[in-house]
This record gives sequence, C-alpha cells and structure tokens, in this order.
Amino acid sequence: MIDISLGHYLTLGAVIFSIGIIGIFLNRKNIIVILMSIELILLAVNINLVSFSIYLGDLSGQVFTLFILTVAAAEAAIGLAIIVVYFRNSGTIRVEEIDKLKG
Amino acid sequence: MENLQLVLPEIFLSLSIMFLLILGVFKKNSSRLVQSLSLAVLIVTAVITFNETIGINETKLFNNSIIIDYLSSLMKIITLLAAFLVLVISSNYLKTFQIFKIEYPILILSSVLGMMVMINSNDLIVFYMGLELQSLALYVLATFNRDQIKSSEAGLKYFVLSALSSGLLLYGCSLIYGFTGSTNFNVIADQLNSNEYALTFGIVFILVGLAFKISAVPFHMWAPDVYEGSPTSVTLFFTMVPKIAALTVFIRFLYVPFLNLIDQWQMILIFLSIASMLFGAIAAIGQTNLKRLVAYSSIGHVGYALAGVAAGTNDGIQSSVIYIIIYILMNLGLFSCLLMLKRDNNYYEKIDDLSGLSKNHPMLALSLLIILFSLAGIPPLAGFFAKFYVFKAVIEQSMYFLAIVGLLSTVVAAFYYLRLIKIMYFDEQKEKYDTDHGFWLKFSLTASTLLILIYFIFPSQLIEVVSRINII
Repeated sequence: MIDISLGHYLTLGAVIFSIGIIGIFLNRKNIIVILMSIELILLAVNINLVSFSIYLGDLSGQVFTLFILTVAAAEAAIGLAIIVVYFRNSGTIRVEEIDKLKG
Repeated sequence: MENLQLVLPEIFLSLSIMFLLILGVFKKNSSRLVQSLSLAVLIVTAVITFNETIGINETKLFNNSIIIDYLSSLMKIITLLAAFLVLVISSNYLKTFQIFKIEYPILILSSVLGMMVMINSNDLIVFYMGLELQSLALYVLATFNRDQIKSSEAGLKYFVLSALSSGLLLYGCSLIYGFTGSTNFNVIADQLNSNEYALTFGIVFILVGLAFKISAVPFHMWAPDVYEGSPTSVTLFFTMVPKIAALTVFIRFLYVPFLNLIDQWQMILIFLSIASMLFGAIAAIGQTNLKRLVAYSSIGHVGYALAGVAAGTNDGIQSSVIYIIIYILMNLGLFSCLLMLKRDNNYYEKIDDLSGLSKNHPMLALSLLIILFSLAGIPPLAGFFAKFYVFKAVIEQSMYFLAIVGLLSTVVAAFYYLRLIKIMYFDEQKEKYDTDHGFWLKFSLTASTLLILIYFIFPSQLIEVVSRINII
C-alpha cells in the first residue's frame, strides 16, 4: 500500500484542471461541454483547496471551497440561461457556428 | 465590535438593491421609478463613502479581510460616479430598443457592489466573491438585448472566457493559499520566503485572471467581440467601470502581499503593458465599426495604465490612477457622441457614418475632435498629461524600453484617431442625425469635453487628489 500524500492530491487537481482547460479549447461541437469543462476547473480548484486545508490544519481553505461551490452553481445557472437565449436566436449551439461577431 | 460605519456604503447599497428588486417586481411598469431611485442610491452611496471613509487612516475590518484606506475610498467614489453617468445617459438608448426594464439599473447596481467589495478586499476569499458578483451581473448585462443575436452571442462569449479566467485565477489562489497557509494579504506577505517557485506560479495564474478582466494582451480576445455585440450603453459601462476596480485590485494585490517578489512580477507586467500598447495601436487600424475600434483603443489605454503599475513606485501607482480617471472622462465623451448618432430610431456605429459630420453638426464634430485629439495624446489636452505622468514615473525608474515602446505606439495610435477626424471633416456629408437628445447626454458630452480642454489650466487639483495614495 502506498500512502496518499498531499502530492497525490495536487497531481489529481492539476490533471483535472488541465482536462478542463483542454476541454474548452479543443471542443468544437457543443457549448454544454464547455460548461462542463468550466465546472471541472472549479472542482479541481476545490480538490486543491481542501487537500491544502487538511494538510495545513487550517479551516479557511474549506470555507473558500464552500464559497466556490455556491458561486459555481450561480454561474452554471446564468450560463445555461445565456445558452438558452442564444439558442432561441440562432437555432444552434455548435461552437463552430458562433461566429456572427468577427473583425 | 467592528466599526460598521466604515462599510456603511456597501450595506446601504446591498439593502437598496434588494428593496429595488422587490419594488420592481411588485409594482407594475415601474422601470422609470426604479431607474430614478437607482440613480439616487448611487449618489447617496457616493456621499456616504465620501463622508465616512475618505478622511480616515488605514483601517482593517472583519479579521483583516477588508481594508478601508484612501485608495479604496477614492476608487469607490470614482466607480459610483462613473456608474451614475453611465446609467443616466443610457435611458434613451434603452427606450429605443425597448429594453428599458427594471433589471437594467439593478444589475448595474449589483455589479457596482461587486466592484466595491473587490476594491475593499484584503483577503483572497473576499476578493473572489466581489469579482464573481461583478462578473455574474456583467454576463447578464452583455446579453441584455436578448432578442438580438449579436447581443446574446456577446454574452455567451463573455461568459465562457470570463468563467475560464475566474477558474485560472482560483487555481492561482489555491496555490498561494497552500504555500503560504493563509488567504489574508498581510499574512501572505509575511510568509513569502517559504516557497518562492510555487508562489510565482500562483502569481502568474492570478495575473492571467486579472489580465482577462482588464482585457490586457494576450488575454484580450473577448473584448472586441463583446464590445461590439453588447448594447452600446452596456459597452460604455464595460469600457469604464470594471477597469477601475480591476486596476485597484492589480495595485492592491501586487503591492500588498507580493511587494517582495517584485522581480518576479515586474517582468510579467512590463510584457502585458508593452503587448497591450502595441496591439491596441496596430489592430485598431483596420476596423470599420466604431465600437470595435473603441475596444482596441481601450486595450491600448489599459497598457498605459499598467505601465504605471509596473514602475513599482508610489509615483507610478498615482500616475496610473490619474490615467484611468482621465481615460474614463475621455471614454464618457466618446460614447456620448456615439449615442448621439441616431436617426429615426436607429443608432449608427460604423466609421462611415461619421463622414461629413462637421457640416451638419459642427458642435458635435468639434467635441469629438477634442476627445479624439485627447485620446491620441496631443498637448495641451488631458490625454497628453495622463500619458506624460505615466512616462515620467516609468523613466524615473530607468525603464527606458517600456517608455520608448509606449511613445512609439502612441504615434501609431494617433493614425486611426486622426483618420476619424479626417472622415468627419473632409469626407462627403450624409443625412442629418436627430438633435433632440436628453439633457444628461448633452451634459455629459459638454462636461467631459470642457474638462479635457481646460485640464491644463489647473492640473494640480487632480494631482493633489491622488497624491494621498500611499501604498508602499
């Protein structure tokens, strides 16, 4: 058995964070996937904060995590609302077709 | 017991927002009432801020998570006044597009509340909450003309990129928390020596997030699209108000916790500044849409403001605060002109629509001429002095390369400002625009033009106001 140390948690956080970032930039199909990627980024940050908080024996990291969870929920709600508005106007949410503004 | 009087402006503003929301929901057709009450709330909040906090020494509240000092009070008052002016001149535009609803002033008030929290913050958690309160309201504002595809696309792009930048910023926050053991700026400052590499990593992530918000190159790609797509009154808000709060956070964040790591972040800031100045000047040349042009010009101006922050001295900070104040004034004038280009319930925003403006509307063209000369930095207008202070502070620190690049990009930028003037004065004239503008639109155009014009007679007033900013 190996002990799971802070380094493992941080690596997990970094991997999920990178998946989130790559998901935003490589995805050409659907905006909902971008919303999921943003959620992944925030969750990676939460893993980081909670593991640091346990490691340091300091509560404020966990408090920060709760705030981030709340904000992430609000952000997802607003994001979905904006996507619905966009879909009503254009009839599509394919990322490659969002190109009315250019120059 | 905390001295709650010092956060009275925030308390008053948040209670007013909730009250106005309930009033707007329960009373039918109350958009005009909510609009006037919001204006009153902004003014009252500014007065409270002025009375309660402007004169006091640096005070920290709520376990040192909020700081009230001269910088925060000054920036809050500027934010409130700028928001007041935006709100008061946008009502005709909103009525034309039939989006004059109760939500508009309330969203502006909530984003202003977020900015005030950001300006006050002395702790990563408070800073993040303020930032999110501000951006959540701004996403909705960008989408405000929701039946128009351009506006909804602007909102969508702003949402995705801004949420991404918040994520990067948070990752930086988590690293800084992990390697210093605290989210408080002052404690972070004491714990700096522990692990410099990891902290530099964290600073870079946070700077990327902040650069997104202030639209500095290379994180500017959302700005032109969002500025073009959003309703013009919202674009005006975007170009003026969030920049004040973001600049304050830049100053506070770099100079309070990370002053000792100045070698690490100074290079990044110089790079951001140079890239923004050059890109803002060059990319604006080929534009045909005025709002897009303003977006690129605002990217350039942010570069100059950051140059002052990069200097690493009190003089530099003061010069960049002066820069942002004068920039706000110039932008207010520019957008007042844009909002006057209206004919038969239709607003015009192409550069061609300016052609021959001087023959039909000599006074409007003259004010626009003064504002554009000032944006280009031609003496003796206010824009010249703003750039002069920044370059003076930069050269005093012997950062000659930054100053030279800044001056060169001013020359390039002058090209497109002067082209606008040429189109106004020497091209064929078009149909007349409407002249029945509201009082406040005329007032803001006249006031900003006059202030820009006569600034050189008493520059010491503004210098005196900012000279009390003392961070280092």
